[in-house]
Amino acid sequence: MIWKLGRRMRLARTQVAGEDLEGAMGQRDSFSIRREGVDGGEITVAISGRLAVENFKDAMMEIQLLWRDPPPSSLTVDLEGVDYLDSAGALLLDRLETEAQARSIPFRFVNLNERARGIMSLVDKAALRTQPLKPFGETQGFFEYLGEAVTRFVTDLYEVLAFVGELLRALGRALTHPKSVRWGEVRYYMQRVGVDGLPIVALISFLLGLIMAFMSSLQLKQFGANIYVASLVGIGMVRELGPIMTAILVAGRSGSAFAAEIGTMEVNEEVDALTVMGFDPTTFLAVPKVLAAVMVLPILTVFADVFAIAGGLLVGVTGLDLTIYTYLQQTMKTMTVFDIVSGLVKSMAFAMLIAGIGCQRGFQVKGGAQAVGAATTSAVVSALFLIIVADSAFAVVLHYIS
Amino acid sequence: MKKEGEPIIIVEGLTARYGDETILEDVSFQVRRGEVFVVVGGSGCGKSTLLKHMIGLHRPAAGKVVIEGVEITAEDQTGIDEVRKEIGVLFQSSALFGSMSLAENVALPLREYTDLPSPAIDLIVRMKLGMVNLAGYENHLPSEISGGMKKRAALARAMALDPEILFFDEPSAGLDPVTSAELDRLIHRINEGMGTTMVVVTHELDSIFNIAHRVIMLDKSERGIIAEGDPHDLRDHSTDPRVASFFHRRPQTD
Repeated sequence: MIWKLGRRMRLARTQVAGEDLEGAMGQRDSFSIRREGVDGGEITVAISGRLAVENFKDAMMEIQLLWRDPPPSSLTVDLEGVDYLDSAGALLLDRLETEAQARSIPFRFVNLNERARGIMSLVDKAALRTQPLKPFGETQGFFEYLGEAVTRFVTDLYEVLAFVGELLRALGRALTHPKSVRWGEVRYYMQRVGVDGLPIVALISFLLGLIMAFMSSLQLKQFGANIYVASLVGIGMVRELGPIMTAILVAGRSGSAFAAEIGTMEVNEEVDALTVMGFDPTTFLAVPKVLAAVMVLPILTVFADVFAIAGGLLVGVTGLDLTIYTYLQQTMKTMTVFDIVSGLVKSMAFAMLIAGIGCQRGFQVKGGAQAVGAATTSAVVSALFLIIVADSAFAVVLHYIS
Repeated sequence: MKKEGEPIIIVEGLTARYGDETILEDVSFQVRRGEVFVVVGGSGCGKSTLLKHMIGLHRPAAGKVVIEGVEITAEDQTGIDEVRKEIGVLFQSSALFGSMSLAENVALPLREYTDLPSPAIDLIVRMKLGMVNLAGYENHLPSEISGGMKKRAALARAMALDPEILFFDEPSAGLDPVTSAELDRLIHRINEGMGTTMVVVTHELDSIFNIAHRVIMLDKSERGIIAEGDPHDLRDHSTDPRVASFFHRRPQTD
């Protein structure tokens, strides 16, 4: 590296002719600063090689050394050897000049060619001194942060409530004016949420049934109560796990998709376009998604129940010496219509929550790509939270009804 | 110093296809070092497609693109990363990263490709923003500034590493005439000052006459170049009716 060589030469106060410039041109980081003259006297600095962004750090250090005590009485910068100058290099020369002026040291450039002059003219001295118009991300204190978090929570709650009102109004209108609903869209989303989601729902519930049956059989076998495995899987799935598992999967698959879709539309001003064309974005975008989810989630739940029972059946037949007939008979005996219906009603409520919060988070997006990501995450997390809260509420209510 | 006037970009026999649709067929031209080279043509003639092939975003169906002696269309993609540091691109929609402040946007290539300490990067970033008249806007987010300012900030980012070649995709699209003229002046100043080669895709006549050293005109039905030369010359002396109506801004009547 020539610059290191350059420094050594300067410390020795010897003059060494510039290195082989032809050879240096090929090398990207060849660059050197030579200083002539005595400390405190007239000093000439000859710069050669590439004065560019990759040498900025080294050149800056070299320049700092010029101001050591005693400072020079005058400074001349010779640019003859410079064979490449970019805007970072021009910035360096500008710094050199500014600092010399600040120290009232007479300063001049020699051999400043046309190209270097052109580049230096692009460096706006005033701009370098301009203070930012806006401070950089101020740091918050604990209480400030806490206060902001509370405000954010309250605003969020308010916005969700407002959206719920709007959605209910739009759904009410859809019920009284069925023709106003875009049924083509509804069908499209039913396919996306339902048909496309079926394989994963089926697989997960089958495995869930299998695991439940297997785990419970280990205990029940000890009491010779093999047959109750069927009851456990049936009741557990139909009343609780079926609706919940299906809802969780749909929240992950479709709630997030709704938020991302509406969020991106919000970023692209498509939602604004709908508004000025006289469409209500809630009716236009949210209603088909919510309707589709509400119609399809109970069906998915039924599938989930069936596949889970099939999973339990597999364990029952292969591991517990039960016949298919006994297993199914026992399952049907324990289940009541009320269990099945309450599970389906629950799943409809979950569908409302998932699709509703997905759309609401989408409409909330302000800004760009990152906001869409945040909305998607928030849609899933909020949906999961709401599903659990709603399920607890159902558990209490259903306990008193039955 | 590298000589001005030698070819810096060579496009040879370039054919661009999307599926079965051929957009450009057997297009060849050269861009010389230090010139402002403008690609013009009506909508849908393949201007943006050509640009995307020149910056290596799309692979051509046939032909090659050579930038600074490196064939960026070669099967072996080793050269392209080096070339990418030598070029800067100003996208039509600015493409500033929305989650980063303007200073962070400009600093990104400096942080990734150089080992400069933070204070030095800050200084260079302030200079770059000053060059595009955005001094003081370091900490603004792209969503807080106007379209013209975004374009200028994107230009500052494209120039962060002082590239040899700057590509502009419709720089004046969506800008008011004053802002658009200011951007033209900026392009002109940077070209004069730093000798940066510029490839501009546009159909703004005023810009073309203001900044272009040389233009090529593409045509949709021809799927290639129908005219090449100085824009004033083409306006005054072209015999091709398509070229004449473009540069005189009048409807093409048969």
